[in-house]
Amino acid sequence: MTSSLVSQGDLVLAAEDLSMFGQDPWWLVVIKAVLIFLVLVLLTLFNIWFERRVVARMQHRIGPNVHGPFGLLQSLADGVKLALKEDIIPKAADKAVFLLAPVLSVVPAFLAFAVIPFGPVVDVPFTDDMTTPLQLTDMPVAVLFVLAVASIGIYGIVLGGWSSGSTYSLLGGLRSSAQMISYEVAMGLALVAVFLYAGSMSTSAIVDAQERIWFGLILIPSFVIYVIAMVGETNRAPFDLPEAEGELVGGFHTEYSSLKFALFFLAEYVNMTTVSALATTLFLGGWRAPWPLSAVNDGMFNEGYWPVLWFLSKILLFIFFFIWLRGTLPRLRYDQFMAFGWKRLIPVSLAWIVAVATIRSLSLDGGFDRTYLLGALGVVAVLFLVLFFLGGEEEEEQAEAEERPFDAFAGGYPVPPMPHQVAQARSQSPTVASSTASEGSA
Amino acid sequence: MELYMPVVALGIIATGFAVFSIVMSAVVGPKRYNRAKLDSYECGIEPTPQPVGGGRFPVKYYITAMLFIVFDIEIIFLYPWAVAFDNMAVFGLVEMILFILTVFVAYAYVWRRGGLEWD
Repeated sequence: MTSSLVSQGDLVLAAEDLSMFGQDPWWLVVIKAVLIFLVLVLLTLFNIWFERRVVARMQHRIGPNVHGPFGLLQSLADGVKLALKEDIIPKAADKAVFLLAPVLSVVPAFLAFAVIPFGPVVDVPFTDDMTTPLQLTDMPVAVLFVLAVASIGIYGIVLGGWSSGSTYSLLGGLRSSAQMISYEVAMGLALVAVFLYAGSMSTSAIVDAQERIWFGLILIPSFVIYVIAMVGETNRAPFDLPEAEGELVGGFHTEYSSLKFALFFLAEYVNMTTVSALATTLFLGGWRAPWPLSAVNDGMFNEGYWPVLWFLSKILLFIFFFIWLRGTLPRLRYDQFMAFGWKRLIPVSLAWIVAVATIRSLSLDGGFDRTYLLGALGVVAVLFLVLFFLGGEEEEEQAEAEERPFDAFAGGYPVPPMPHQVAQARSQSPTVASSTASEGSA
Repeated sequence: MELYMPVVALGIIATGFAVFSIVMSAVVGPKRYNRAKLDSYECGIEPTPQPVGGGRFPVKYYITAMLFIVFDIEIIFLYPWAVAFDNMAVFGLVEMILFILTVFVAYAYVWRRGGLEWD
């Protein structure tokens, strides 16, 4: 049947059924939009607290625990404090753009959530027989919409950095935008395999397509690449180069104060939630209950309002992963970071797309469904990626080792030896030693 | 069009919140004039003088942006292909492998010419 469609020249593209969207009365749309907005803001307050507590635990501290139960109101108190601070606009700033940038940064962050499905079709409480999907809206190009909206957010950052009239802000904004666009290429390529398997770009159809098996399990390399790219996209550790404190102070928001700074902060955390939600939707089955639970009582946990719980749990799992990374890994060097994005992730994703398409085509054509073959290939590809990354580092270290003997005062400043270098005895350079001593006392 | 109206609704709420925050912080916050405060903060010491007409920055960022546009458009071409893949079977596969090979040639060229080196 499909081949006859091709010969007739009219491809059936719309595999998704969007008839249930766009049917809500206006008051329901408003309620849903307000709820999504509130959930995102509250989730941000929670995530900031969560991050501080978890990082504190990882560093054997306690973290905020004074305001409210378990210190949960700490972020709210911080927000109120920021609102009561003076709103400074530097003299060198381009005032209009300076004011516009935080808005440009925060609005797209919220917009992306419009197409994320929280759950299946449910009954609306307090009405007779009204049903509505737990999703603000959906469209045939929903994921493309998320990518497009996320790109607008980059404008907020680069304009904020440029309009501040400060060198650090400018450099931070540029770094940030270069980083985000570089990793967007890898992220975009990682999504192709998902569309291929789902046959649709609408988020609800992608969740439906994962009823049998989550895409994160059969498309492991896509999942891994997406997760790496999403950390790069959100400027989070270990890819938080735009706000590398030692180099750029605060990056693009160095000159921002008061609630304008808070808006950038909010945008960053909402973006974290958004990329986590997209990862959940595309790779972890969206709102579907995890395996043992999904089988309970004929899929009882996949109906009604239960899925919201699974969805939020999966998002929080990703948020925890973000925090874990921040608590564990040191920041990458900028050239290493860019090289990893352009030279490793992109070729691996392109090769992976070809492999996925070939296997999919074989299974469609020959009629054999070899999902495990895909899984095995996926593991190989991930190993390849890891080896690729580690191998590159080894080479670099070897090249350095061949250089001239270690000079503890290269460039006039004392430097510690690298692991493979041997420090010389201090007595060999008495003049430098005395100068450092005087520096120490100064 | 009904599919897109809810996005507008959410956009209005988000914009309203952002504008409200900016206006409120300007109204609620204190205003104590101090000439040094209006200077660029940078890191607290004398700010770096900026050239006339705003800061200039390395051309490297432009190259990255151009490369991004090239590759992003190529990715966008892959999306409709992926969505319609089941309808095209082997024809679609062969066409797209040829396309990805073409992309790879451009990619290899950029890499060889040092377009991906940061320093």
